[in-house]
Amino acid sequence: MPLYHDEDQAMLAETAEQFMAEQGGIQKQLRHWRDRNCKDGFGHELWKQFAEMGFTGILVGEDHGGLDMGHVEAGIVLEEIGRNLTPSPFLSSSVLAATALQHGSDDVKTRWLPDMVAGEKVYAVAIDEGPKHRPERIACKAEKSGNGFRLSGKKDFVVYGASAEMIVVAARTSGSDSDEDGVTLFAVPQDASGMSHDSVRLVDSSMASHITFDGVELDGDAVIGEVDGGRAVLNAMLTAGRVGAAAEGVGVARGAMDMTVDYLKQRKQFGRLIGEFQALQHRAAHLYSEVEIARAVTIKAAQLLDGGSEKAELMASVAKAKVAKAAGLAVREGVQMHGGIGMTDEYDIGLYMKRDRALQEFLGDQYYHANRVAELSGY
Amino acid sequence: MSDPESFRSEVRDWLEANCPPEMRQPVRDEEDVYWGGRNASFKNDAQKAWFEACRDKGYTVPEWPKEYGGAGLTPAEGKILRQEMARIGARPPLSSFGIWMLGPALLHFGTEGQKQRFLNEIARGEIRWCQGYSEPGSGSDLVSMQTYGEDKGDHWIVNGQKIWTSYADEADWIFCLVRTDKENKYQGITFMLFDMANDGVSTKPIKLISGNSPFCETFMDDVKVPKSYGEDIPGYVGEINRGWDVAKYLLGHEREMISATGGGDRASSLGAATSRQGELDPVLRAEMAMFDVDALSFTAMSEKFMDELKVNKGHPAQPNMLKYAGTELNKRRHELLMAAGGSRALEWESEETSGGKTARGWLRTKANSIEGGTSEVMLNVISKRILDLPGA
Repeated sequence: MPLYHDEDQAMLAETAEQFMAEQGGIQKQLRHWRDRNCKDGFGHELWKQFAEMGFTGILVGEDHGGLDMGHVEAGIVLEEIGRNLTPSPFLSSSVLAATALQHGSDDVKTRWLPDMVAGEKVYAVAIDEGPKHRPERIACKAEKSGNGFRLSGKKDFVVYGASAEMIVVAARTSGSDSDEDGVTLFAVPQDASGMSHDSVRLVDSSMASHITFDGVELDGDAVIGEVDGGRAVLNAMLTAGRVGAAAEGVGVARGAMDMTVDYLKQRKQFGRLIGEFQALQHRAAHLYSEVEIARAVTIKAAQLLDGGSEKAELMASVAKAKVAKAAGLAVREGVQMHGGIGMTDEYDIGLYMKRDRALQEFLGDQYYHANRVAELSGY
Repeated sequence: MSDPESFRSEVRDWLEANCPPEMRQPVRDEEDVYWGGRNASFKNDAQKAWFEACRDKGYTVPEWPKEYGGAGLTPAEGKILRQEMARIGARPPLSSFGIWMLGPALLHFGTEGQKQRFLNEIARGEIRWCQGYSEPGSGSDLVSMQTYGEDKGDHWIVNGQKIWTSYADEADWIFCLVRTDKENKYQGITFMLFDMANDGVSTKPIKLISGNSPFCETFMDDVKVPKSYGEDIPGYVGEINRGWDVAKYLLGHEREMISATGGGDRASSLGAATSRQGELDPVLRAEMAMFDVDALSFTAMSEKFMDELKVNKGHPAQPNMLKYAGTELNKRRHELLMAAGGSRALEWESEETSGGKTARGWLRTKANSIEGGTSEVMLNVISKRILDLPGA
């Protein structure tokens, strides 16, 4: 498969680019909701529009109303989300939760997928149990209780958790914290009693919950996949989410870079456009290289994932780490090259820096993933 | 094109039957590389058999048309062949600046007569070419070159000096930029072809910090260069005084070629390879991991670039970016190899290190970001042609 978008994908990219620029732009969405101190942190109306465009069901099978496309296509939408800093539950709902639910029984799929595809519900995922991403260790406990389970423990960094009608929770049903086996995924409905949210606003204006499960009673049919065999589903979900987060990061990097390169062509100092200075030209050109490379490896990872390659997990980590490096560079250079106004709230470049920071942490930062690349490569 | 899977199995069978086991080992030193030419000799029978099999099949230049010595493969077939060769670790049967550089220039700018003669000679490994571009006073600012050809009707008399001519002391012919109009900077250069055995041509190897001498100085002292080698075979490529167009086209190819080697053997993990020789310090391991992230990402970029090239997608100045990123990556790779190797890697002549292979290799890579356009020039080109920055 050639490593570029085929005709259908290029068409989708064009559609997504236009849609997101018109409907998902910074003024219309991010600043709008932020400045109103919206407790959701995103617009439900836009989520409906996502559904009308078919985006919500990109990874969902046709049986449940989706388009049955792949991660390359999801990445196309995410790249535009990144470029426009569009706040939306797309990554959590339509990539992460959708991937987990696809591994569930028909009942689980039928119960949750169509409403999400229709834009009527949003879902979140609860994986982390501390300030850093350590999914190898799952301590949150789900003990057998009657026909179901009783869930106790804490989860962190549950993005848009307080707005979610359902949360996919990774919990331990047997063994000890760091065991590979003994993990089970649950679809926990919003109204489950004993679940409490501490919803906090993050640096990028998105909302995330600390969730406490205090003996939450769950039916047996809340289980996604096999009891004790949830690690495979969790890994599939994480790989999909990482490739998706990388794609969004590419968009953030491109958005910040384009804005900065434009600025170099407008701003005058010492009687010259600052883009004439070689000191800045070389930094901009280096940044361009890094962003292009990050974009290439992200598409590669998505293609491998769509093709069911055994290398997908490795390349997902490569992409997540590479994008983190490139996007981090893009936002830092962006703010620096904008000079003083780069520090103002009025200019958008700082918003890119904030979004990048949150995205860096989501599903593992560059250090986590570089280490994982080493481990998967055998050192 | 034939059905890809049947082509693949055809290629697989052919390679199985024709690529000797010795030719499936990694290239260890210069002797393992076959360059062809009038004075070429084979290191062993396996090298000879492999070269001849490829030559007869058109696989020294698989994607060139059959009438010019190639196999006429489509780009997709060429990719399959490369993948299958990589899968068994097959060495290139023939290495040559004729294949990498002059060939593409002739395919693009050459006359039918030039293609018939020169491309076949290249494909069959009969003539080894070298490139005469840089001069002592003209490195990054190549167009300031001064080597001059005085028009004498049916020939030129060429005087001047070239530098960094790769393997000029072993080459048979040279493709050489010569000024033919002193008044016209860009449109006053001709891309000439001539025999290194001509009177007045001499070469002198340059010893590098690696201790090796892959480059020469080449001197031209009243060298007679004919304007024609026969019917439809001009002694220059393109038009007289328009050699800069050819040179620019070729620089793009050279940058692709150099960038393609970026990161070295990128299929394998540097960290995995070095950790097998001993435990890595934790911080070095971390650097290796970051390197592997960058190297694997760059591999994807190269693949994307090559795929896009086949369908004329992508920005035409993209090779400059690949050249920049690939060579900087390769330098970093060799810094890490030296760090992992410790004092053993410092050895310059010992048998254990195959004559200081690690140290010499490390020093060699320092040229990567200089030859074929420095990293700084690449960044200038990216600024101007891709980012469209002002006054660059």
